[in-house]
Amino acid sequence: MSDAPEHASAVIIGAGIVGNSLAYHLARLGWRDLVLADKGPMPNPGGSTGHASNFIFPIEYSKMMMELTRDSTEQYQALGVFTESGGIEVARTAERMEELRRRCTQAKAWGIPAEVVTPERVRELVPFLDAGVILGGGYFPTVGVVDSLRAGTLMREQAQQLGALTVLAGAEVLGIDTVADGVRPRVCGVRTSAGRIETDHVVICCGVWSPRIAQMAGARLPLTPIVHQMISVGPIALFTGTPGEISYPIVRDVDENMYERQHGGDMEVGSYAHRPIIVAPDEIPSIEEAALSPTELPFTSDDFDPQLERALELMPELLGDEGAGIRYAINGLISMTPDGHPLLGENPEVAGLWSAAASWIKEGPGCGRAVAELMSGRVPTVDVHEADVARFWPSQRTTAHVTARARESFNKMYGIVHPAEQWESARPVRVGPFYSQQRDLGAMFFETAGWERPFWYASNETLLERYQGRLMPRSAEWESRWWSPIINAEHLAMRDACGLVDLSAFAILEVCGPGALDALQQIALAQMDVPTGRVVYTPFLDEEGGFRADLTIMRLGAERFRVVTGAATGMSDAKWIADHLPADGSAVLADLTSSWTTLGLWGPAARDVLAEVTSDDVSHAGFAFGSCREIEAGGVTVLASRISYVGELGWELYLPMEQGAVLWDALRQAGRPHGLVPVGIGVYGTTGRLEKGYRAFGAELTPDYNVVEAGMARPKVKAQDFSGKKAYLRQREGAPAATLCTLTVDDHASSDGTLRYMLGGEPILTPGGERITDQLGRPSYVTSAGSGPSVGKHLLMAYLPPEHARLGGRLAVEYMGERYPATVAVTGAIPLFDPGNSRIRS
Amino acid sequence: MEVLVCVKRVPMVGGKIVLTADGQEVDTRMAGFTISPHEECAVEEAIQITERLGGAVSVLTLGSEAAVDQLRDCLALGASRAVLLETDGTEFGPIATAEAIAGEVRQRADTGPAYDLVLLGNEAADTGDYQVGVRLAHLLGWPVTTGIKALDVGGGDAGGIAMRARRQYQGADEAYELALPAVVTVKEGINLPRYPSLPGRLRARRAQIERRPVRWQPEGLRKQGLRVPATARQQSTVLGTGVTAVPALVGVLEELGVL
Repeated sequence: MSDAPEHASAVIIGAGIVGNSLAYHLARLGWRDLVLADKGPMPNPGGSTGHASNFIFPIEYSKMMMELTRDSTEQYQALGVFTESGGIEVARTAERMEELRRRCTQAKAWGIPAEVVTPERVRELVPFLDAGVILGGGYFPTVGVVDSLRAGTLMREQAQQLGALTVLAGAEVLGIDTVADGVRPRVCGVRTSAGRIETDHVVICCGVWSPRIAQMAGARLPLTPIVHQMISVGPIALFTGTPGEISYPIVRDVDENMYERQHGGDMEVGSYAHRPIIVAPDEIPSIEEAALSPTELPFTSDDFDPQLERALELMPELLGDEGAGIRYAINGLISMTPDGHPLLGENPEVAGLWSAAASWIKEGPGCGRAVAELMSGRVPTVDVHEADVARFWPSQRTTAHVTARARESFNKMYGIVHPAEQWESARPVRVGPFYSQQRDLGAMFFETAGWERPFWYASNETLLERYQGRLMPRSAEWESRWWSPIINAEHLAMRDACGLVDLSAFAILEVCGPGALDALQQIALAQMDVPTGRVVYTPFLDEEGGFRADLTIMRLGAERFRVVTGAATGMSDAKWIADHLPADGSAVLADLTSSWTTLGLWGPAARDVLAEVTSDDVSHAGFAFGSCREIEAGGVTVLASRISYVGELGWELYLPMEQGAVLWDALRQAGRPHGLVPVGIGVYGTTGRLEKGYRAFGAELTPDYNVVEAGMARPKVKAQDFSGKKAYLRQREGAPAATLCTLTVDDHASSDGTLRYMLGGEPILTPGGERITDQLGRPSYVTSAGSGPSVGKHLLMAYLPPEHARLGGRLAVEYMGERYPATVAVTGAIPLFDPGNSRIRS
Repeated sequence: MEVLVCVKRVPMVGGKIVLTADGQEVDTRMAGFTISPHEECAVEEAIQITERLGGAVSVLTLGSEAAVDQLRDCLALGASRAVLLETDGTEFGPIATAEAIAGEVRQRADTGPAYDLVLLGNEAADTGDYQVGVRLAHLLGWPVTTGIKALDVGGGDAGGIAMRARRQYQGADEAYELALPAVVTVKEGINLPRYPSLPGRLRARRAQIERRPVRWQPEGLRKQGLRVPATARQQSTVLGTGVTAVPALVGVLEELGVL
């Protein structure tokens, strides 16, 4: 065991697949004097990488995970450690067959080879499966296995060969030193059993130990170790004499939460079907204490017995052979986070403390690359904002929350995940000031970032009769799930009169100080030097001109700006802003989310309603669109902001959290004669904005497409410099390779006559069924989908290459394996509903 | 052949053993449990004998309900009967253990079919008293050999089933011939234990466990506590790196007798 160097440019803690990959990519990006430390030996220090099942399916529910997997697979292939085997997800239920159709369609959207196959075809591919217990399967021919330990070794050695890396095996981290540095502490060193290393950058790649290490620096990482059982059965008669590691496709018995893969002469059987078994990071045995390794815990056979029966059902002769023994069985430890995504990036609590944790083998190399790029100040090749370690609100970083969500999601590892799927555990955690009124109104609450938000109100059932014939009802189970025609009724009622929307979940951040204007000017695309009382809607771009955020900023004073953004991105946006504030402290950021609540009041009667509760001038002349100022409403001092995300006349009303209920009641009372109706986020987020073509961050606005392609380029570019300006100017030259369009679905009838409604993610095809890609290779797919009750059409947004981005163009969308005709109704940013924006500006 | 194998539930520990805070027990919160390596071989030997000669293997343990796990593990390997001599978890010494097992053997002889052979591990992996097999044989009046590395059960002189048992002791090979019924304690290495099959495991799960209560008796020795002795750090020698290490590696493998 060597002694630690006194100084390092970065100390990487943990030599699993991620730590090794990170070391390699940092070295490749020019970093030198790196240290990789692990308390265990190389090449297998005893973490989750060491016992992983090592197979990779390319299809994921999340685009980010799919891209990280794709990047990782390419890295494994370049290292020569990838063996293609093919993989099949077998269906035992009709619901699963439908899900496989949806999944294969999604794969098609992303260019991943996939097909739904019959039981007979499954049996051709995997002859030892009992085809009688399955209804079919999803065949993914590019599935493969990797040697992750070898990959990690090769990457680590490449970094060493570049002279960039010192490896300290058997060196345990004992502490992380920090110094005060303004708002938050900053890393200055790491104490190990091999000595102390001075450094400005520490990266936690510790898998299941990560929260423990983070705690040494005073940070909370929302990750929990959890058990995942696996056994190895052999020798398998059929496998003797087969070459190499694997000769048969990997089987995912998804309805049973299990998988089976050949590994040499054995069949490895893994399960996510047992009871969730949480192990606290401090309970993990040391290397010396563990019988096998710290992450290979003793097998609890009772928990696995039901799965033995399922596996035997599926592979009766192979696994029923009395000569094949269970010769390896563990309760393996893996990492889980509240939302299942990795933890990547700089921790918001401690400067210089980075995370690359909670990654699976299939994303490992990609996560290493992404964090190396972030550490080097680059825009990552793969957009990893959904894995930003800064994304969590404090309520999501508690052990209670992390373990509750891990328990709930564990048995859904291979579950059928609906796009609008709601959590049941750890709720409610954040409730707004109108919560009890909303409960009384029969609110159907959906959770976002811990907030309970009404998606629609059962009390609005009375509207269904009024709007009969315009409700666009859904009969198929899948798209009716987590949906109600009440949403469309609320939408129509809002556009007819007025709707009241609970927006308490907004993240409200204030940037103040003499340097505030300059700081925000640097961060925002839009001109920020506006008069006090002006509301600016602006994206933030990264250095390559990709969308980083999309939000509004109100100038409340010469040195005071209020940034309002969505709950889901609030914490990441806060960190982005904080990272761009000047070092001299002339601008500071405060999170005032818990201080202010927000109500939205929109519709043709909004002014009438507001006028009932205020004597301030809210006329069109007296209160211009895009302006904000304080008024007294319902006896409460309110900051009213005249903007609209639903395309109607109205305001966002900001008031102290503790007074929210007072204004809610006052507005409801005053609004009754004017037809005011409480409306949910279903209207705010899905129907209204689609009719207006308002883009959503993470859906339409991603780093994949630039500002011009998104139809958000303004006539002029401000003279001041801002993040992404050079790239933005380049984007404005020449013709865009794609244009964001809105399509209407012409015919919803499926082959059995049921009317089907797309939910998003589906591929857009030519009427003949061919994939559409632009000259940069980007495939066209539905970025957002939803009802447009006021236009009487189901609406889809998608980026189309110029040859297809033509008004009236006839295209198709594939949903659950069938094609439906669609027409291009809007190219660019002109809204489908009220194209002249007369309602907003009335 | 009716063979009884006696097993004991012991913690599966790594290189470093952790004690509870009061120093009375091994801390088993993160430990798995198993039977001692010698006993694994005893079970395997019993199953092989009955596979050759017919008959059945019964497995017995003295312990709390938790020890049923170990009985089921043995059933999964091919034992067909399992008996739990149920305690409240209090540690039994070798005298009381031998008495309890002797009681079971006698009772079984009454209700039939009687055991022809009782196999035990040479010593338990945790307590290591080395006594139960010998004491058991003494109580039953049966012959006993210990530390056995090879067992050969077959036709003997005068028509009765006989048994040859072999072991190594201080550099010499010793061979014994015993008449049945007999007690034999075996050592790891006598055979290569099999792994349970899936069907075996599922059968074991469904099997009935016979339970009999046993009384604890005090014995001459009483445990005061446990202490983990300091272990000398293992020395490892690097044979070489890459291709240059091959000659040294071959030399080591030859020394070990695997080439």
